[in-house]
Amino acid sequence: MLEIKCPYCGKRSQNEFSYGGDASVKRPELGKEISDKDWDDFIYNRKNPRGKHSEFWHHIAGCRQWFKVLRSTATHEIFKTAKIDEEL
Amino acid sequence: MSQNFRLDKGGYINRNKKISFKFNGKKYFGYQGDTLASALLANGVHLIGRSFKYHRPRGFLGVSVEEPNGQVQLYSGATTEPNAVATTVELVEGLVAKSQNCFPSVSFDFGAINNLLHKFFPAGFYYKTFMWPKSFWYKIYEPIIRKAAGLGIAPLKPDPDRYEHKFEYCDILVVGSGPSGLASALAAAKNGASVILAEDKPRFGGSLLTDEVTIGNKKGKDWADETIMELKSMPNVIVKNRSQVFGYYDHNMMVMIERTKDHIENPDKFTPRQKLWYIRAKEVVVSTGSIERPLVFGNNDRPGIILASAAKEYMKVYGTLVGKKPIIFTNNDSGYDTAIIFKKNGIDPLVLDVRLKSESSVVKEAKDLGIKIRFSYGVVNAEGYKKVNSALIGKLNTEKTGYENLEKVSCDCICVSGNWTPTVHLSSQSGNKLKFNEKVNAFVPNQPKQNESTIGSANGSFTLKKSLEEGFDKGFNLSKKITGKDSKISTPTSNEKNYEQQDKFWCMPLPKNKSYKRCVDFQNDVYVTDIELAIREGFRSIEHVKRYTTLGMATDQGRTSNLNGLQLVSNIEKKIIPEVGHTTFRPPYTPVTIGAIVGREVGKHYRPTRKSPIHAWHEKNNAVFVDAGLWLRPRYYKQGNENLIEAAKREASNVRGNIGVCDVTSLGKIDIKGKDSAEFLNRVYTNAWMKLPVGKARYGVMLREDGIVFDDGTTTRISENHFHMTTTTAQAVNVLSHLEYYLQVVWPDLDVNVLSTTEQWAGAALAGPNSRNLLEKLFPNMDVSNESIPFMGFKEGDLSGVPARIFRISFSGELAYEINVESGYGMFMWEKIMEQGKEMNIEPYGTEALSTLRIEMGHVAGSEIDGRVIPSDLSLDGMLSKKKDFIGKRSLNRKAFIEPEREKIVGVVPLDKKTMIPEGSHLVADSNASLPNPKLGHISASCWSVEYNNPFSLAILINGKKRKGEKLYALSPLKNKVIPVEIVSSHYVDPKGERVRS
Repeated sequence: MLEIKCPYCGKRSQNEFSYGGDASVKRPELGKEISDKDWDDFIYNRKNPRGKHSEFWHHIAGCRQWFKVLRSTATHEIFKTAKIDEEL
Repeated sequence: MSQNFRLDKGGYINRNKKISFKFNGKKYFGYQGDTLASALLANGVHLIGRSFKYHRPRGFLGVSVEEPNGQVQLYSGATTEPNAVATTVELVEGLVAKSQNCFPSVSFDFGAINNLLHKFFPAGFYYKTFMWPKSFWYKIYEPIIRKAAGLGIAPLKPDPDRYEHKFEYCDILVVGSGPSGLASALAAAKNGASVILAEDKPRFGGSLLTDEVTIGNKKGKDWADETIMELKSMPNVIVKNRSQVFGYYDHNMMVMIERTKDHIENPDKFTPRQKLWYIRAKEVVVSTGSIERPLVFGNNDRPGIILASAAKEYMKVYGTLVGKKPIIFTNNDSGYDTAIIFKKNGIDPLVLDVRLKSESSVVKEAKDLGIKIRFSYGVVNAEGYKKVNSALIGKLNTEKTGYENLEKVSCDCICVSGNWTPTVHLSSQSGNKLKFNEKVNAFVPNQPKQNESTIGSANGSFTLKKSLEEGFDKGFNLSKKITGKDSKISTPTSNEKNYEQQDKFWCMPLPKNKSYKRCVDFQNDVYVTDIELAIREGFRSIEHVKRYTTLGMATDQGRTSNLNGLQLVSNIEKKIIPEVGHTTFRPPYTPVTIGAIVGREVGKHYRPTRKSPIHAWHEKNNAVFVDAGLWLRPRYYKQGNENLIEAAKREASNVRGNIGVCDVTSLGKIDIKGKDSAEFLNRVYTNAWMKLPVGKARYGVMLREDGIVFDDGTTTRISENHFHMTTTTAQAVNVLSHLEYYLQVVWPDLDVNVLSTTEQWAGAALAGPNSRNLLEKLFPNMDVSNESIPFMGFKEGDLSGVPARIFRISFSGELAYEINVESGYGMFMWEKIMEQGKEMNIEPYGTEALSTLRIEMGHVAGSEIDGRVIPSDLSLDGMLSKKKDFIGKRSLNRKAFIEPEREKIVGVVPLDKKTMIPEGSHLVADSNASLPNPKLGHISASCWSVEYNNPFSLAILINGKKRKGEKLYALSPLKNKVIPVEIVSSHYVDPKGERVRS
């Protein structure tokens, strides 16, 4: 079980959190023209890196804030966590 | 029976407390402090079980968790425990154990015929044999293999015991209480760190329990006892025995199982049997010690052949002799310790040492005591079937490839010592890639991947002096890193025997023309020939050899066999061991009961139960409940002997013709506030929200970004910047997370706050043509006319002094109102409704009637919104705004989604108007088509239509809209039904929606 540092609450065990996907994905702006391919990439296509991966987590059984985590997919090492408006 | 093999004195058992127990139906006695194994050995019982594959007689090889053979079935009935390792089972009054994997008895076992047929059961036998004919697998091979597989028998009744979970945090967790573990715990605790010291055995001290050493001028055992006393007295230390740390997980999450009950004679009623500890440690010190390896020779698995260190521990700790005429067979000095203890207890051992000579002090001491020692000698073959009674011994030639002479020596046990394997399981689990240490001829930890340090003999440091140094050092340095303190205690002086380097020779050659079976993995019955065969057949990777032969794959995780297996592969392949590599260790280190893993989360405690504030009323009025997510909801209110369908018909008819009331508290409710709330809803829902007037509700559908329908519900504008959203019971939690994601991550510029208010409001739905009349009675000061509260209208009212919200929304399709009050007034509201509605013959209705009503109306619910449909599939095209963008909109013009022949929602009526169509049935054109019959659609929900008095179902059907009037078949292979059906509109009742607006 991972130990994750919520930027608002501090270190807590993984079972308080839920995973929220790749944090490098940005939702296209509403109402803007977008090609099938770009939309397809947004919906379905994700990189699956071995190593550093920035991702969203939700402190669902805590403060209910979404935040960002930089984690190694190979070792589970967590390098950094940050609020949504901060840089990882 | 008397304890013939018990020494007159010695050991740490309590000889004042005699304990009776049963093994294989026979009564024996032991002492408090015994294990089942030590008590059996004290009674001269060596034949414990039969081996896994060949059913060879087996006895104890070890004294603790390394034991591969001594697995027994404990007790019977609900508390029976299979595969209990007798060397770790503490003796309690009335313990009942029996042998496993034998029939009819351990002494006479039919399965032993496998031993005679062993030539037909080599490694990979199953893979090679049961491949053909294919049809035999299901009916013949598999049942036989299943019967033969496994050892003990799992209990068939629910576990009556209680298990608990505990979460703990500490600076330093020390695993193992041998000299290095004690030293590091003491040093760390003295330097202010919070420490947990875990010992898997009942007694602390590890090797100090058996070794004649001194620490700081005290006997090793006394030093251990005093150190434990001191640690226990410190407030920053938790000391636990009977506690096995079995798993090393991510971020230093350690899991430990503590045995809290089985060793107690009369436990309190609520004593948990075991406790599972989740320990998050800043640093972990692995001081798990080492395990002796057996030597390999002919029939080395016979009962009476035992590790020399185990024989020593049986004498020193339990005052028990494993035999009275022992042979000590060794390739190193540590075996001599066992010989010396035998001698000191008046038993004459014979030592066979494969080395040419040894000049070390311990060998000299043995010589001085007059112990017979033969160098260059070894055991070639053990003789005796159910118990060793003699040994064929031989003098090795100088190349150690054969024998100069052979002779037979009588004996009643053979104590084997093949040097020591560090217990590196936890270090390996933590991600530490092990390295081979030539000097100790075994793998030891290398670079830690987490905050892990391995010390003492687990690290290959086999002297007491080194172990203590490493312990005190690690304990101080780690604690300094954490606490920043600097109070160091000095390492005490120590005195111990010196051991010389071992000989690497460990596997006795076969004499000419002999083919003795030489066992490598005792628990999984893997022999030298099996490994040779695997290599001959081309398996090279050690991981493949392991899986093909099952070497080291038994529940003992190859504690006594892994390294011997590796040595064998390296000898055959002429590679050095580091090139062969080692297999991966995975948790758990020792088997863990399912009960401990589950803890208290059994039965109804598996997950929380949510009840509405009106629950007690439902119970009192014969409600039959159904799980709706975590909620318990009334399914129907039983009257007399009626069944589910009858009750649902009665309740639903009363709604259609009169008035019913339903507890809708479980519906998800989300309070939305902020000046951008309307804009936010406009983005979240598919339809338009900007112009919704205050005091009006609107039905909305939410999509996922991929265009699939996510949830639906009504949202009401309470005031300009305040909305009340409802979600389905099932998706309430997910919808809130979804909204929070968009507000926090995607559109943080929107000024909106969301909050779950599901539990803050109790809800009751009044439905039926009479509901307006009741509403008027409940709110006498309110204008309840169609003009004042039209369909989708909202008003705040006063329910006999309690503030209430009244929504004119309808799931049943009838004239209906939903009344919400604060949860605490839920029961008050409900009773008011029942009281005022009595003269109208109001009846409560449950979820089954609720389903009936919505299915007839063609209103969709979770069974249609199943994560596979887009709005148009559910005829919700009209809900899609063309003027604005919303979540998931861009996905709806994907090719597959605009395909005209997509599945669509339809109604289905059986032609006989009698047969209920099972939910999940497939719709097909030809009921006799060859399998697999092409599926056109499926039945999502079924009910008995109270409007038309015949069964009616909703279905999702390919090209559904164009099939109205078509005759198809509904197939349910599960219920064995073929039902001819007709396709109709999904809006079976009141297709124009006049009733809700009346």
